[in-house]
Amino acid sequence: MSVQGILGKKVGMTQMFDEKGDVHPITVLKAGPCVITQLKTLAKDGYDAAQIGYVDFVKASKVNKAMTGHFAKSNVPPVRILKEVPLEAPATGENGEQAEGVKAGDRILVDIFADDKFVDIIGTSKGRGFAGVIRRHGFGGGPKSHGHMFQVQGSIGASSFPSRVFPGQRMPGHMGHDQVTVRNLRIRGIDLDDNLLLVEGAVPGPRDGYVLISKAKAPPRERRGFGGSGTIDPLKASKKASAKKK
Amino acid sequence: MSIHPIMQKLAAKLERTDIPAFAPGDTVRVQVKIREGEKERLQAFEGIVIACRKGPQGSFTVRKMSFGQGVERIFPYNSKVVDKVEKIRSYEVRRAKLFYLRGLRGKAARLREVERRAS
Repeated sequence: MSVQGILGKKVGMTQMFDEKGDVHPITVLKAGPCVITQLKTLAKDGYDAAQIGYVDFVKASKVNKAMTGHFAKSNVPPVRILKEVPLEAPATGENGEQAEGVKAGDRILVDIFADDKFVDIIGTSKGRGFAGVIRRHGFGGGPKSHGHMFQVQGSIGASSFPSRVFPGQRMPGHMGHDQVTVRNLRIRGIDLDDNLLLVEGAVPGPRDGYVLISKAKAPPRERRGFGGSGTIDPLKASKKASAKKK
Repeated sequence: MSIHPIMQKLAAKLERTDIPAFAPGDTVRVQVKIREGEKERLQAFEGIVIACRKGPQGSFTVRKMSFGQGVERIFPYNSKVVDKVEKIRSYEVRRAKLFYLRGLRGKAARLREVERRAS
């Protein structure tokens, strides 16, 4: 059994050149180290999962007694955030053969993604506060001249019929600070020394925001150009080569 | 805002070290990789460096006169397109960005050559 995800922290963005010379936007994530604080089992909890915590410095006075006991049970240092991640069934675990599996107290490092090309990332987007309709829903706004009414939404419905506002009418309100999932971000590098994971593209949330990184649930189908620019379809490559000989 | 130590470390790792030090006011010859179908060849772009942007995503701008027409190219320092950079000579300049050269032609666009020690 192996853990399917890890907790991380957004460090920042930069750019990177690949072998072809193309430049890619990169988000740097500090992924782990994490510890397994508790194992949920099918027998006891009704499902299999691992509760993991991001190892971070936490003041002893900030941990309450209940949590202290919880951490002491699996003999792990106090952690700031906990998250549950699913466990992958062992690949060779047939008839009763118990794979060595994971146990509470185990460390999880970024090398769990060593064989993966894509990850899904769940984060909390930057909070925008109480935002108007133009920012929140992309409304066009009012005219910029001719008696100016700039950032208004205009009418929200007809008058005497229906005499009410339809549910779902897009209006100003709180924006951001939501859970956002970004799927299939390509892994551009793994740094085991510093526990860094470099992914291509943007990740929700501010710098130093916590994110849950998991193996891609539905990675793109394997096709030409799947593994980056280096992948060439062998069939097409041979056709091309033979065509050139003529 | 200061740079995060992790980002600094990463930038140092990704940085190219084979490009010699040069500054605005230097004439450089940049060997540019050009792909023609399957083959790759080098093409030189020679001109005066009129701007440098530092940092992990830094770039430099090279300006030259090509048949009476000013041509500028911006090269990222870490770009794989840049095969080699040779410093040819240095001129005395008193500012970091030499954009004023764009408005000058011929004799007016001359600069005084200096011996600049490699710093």
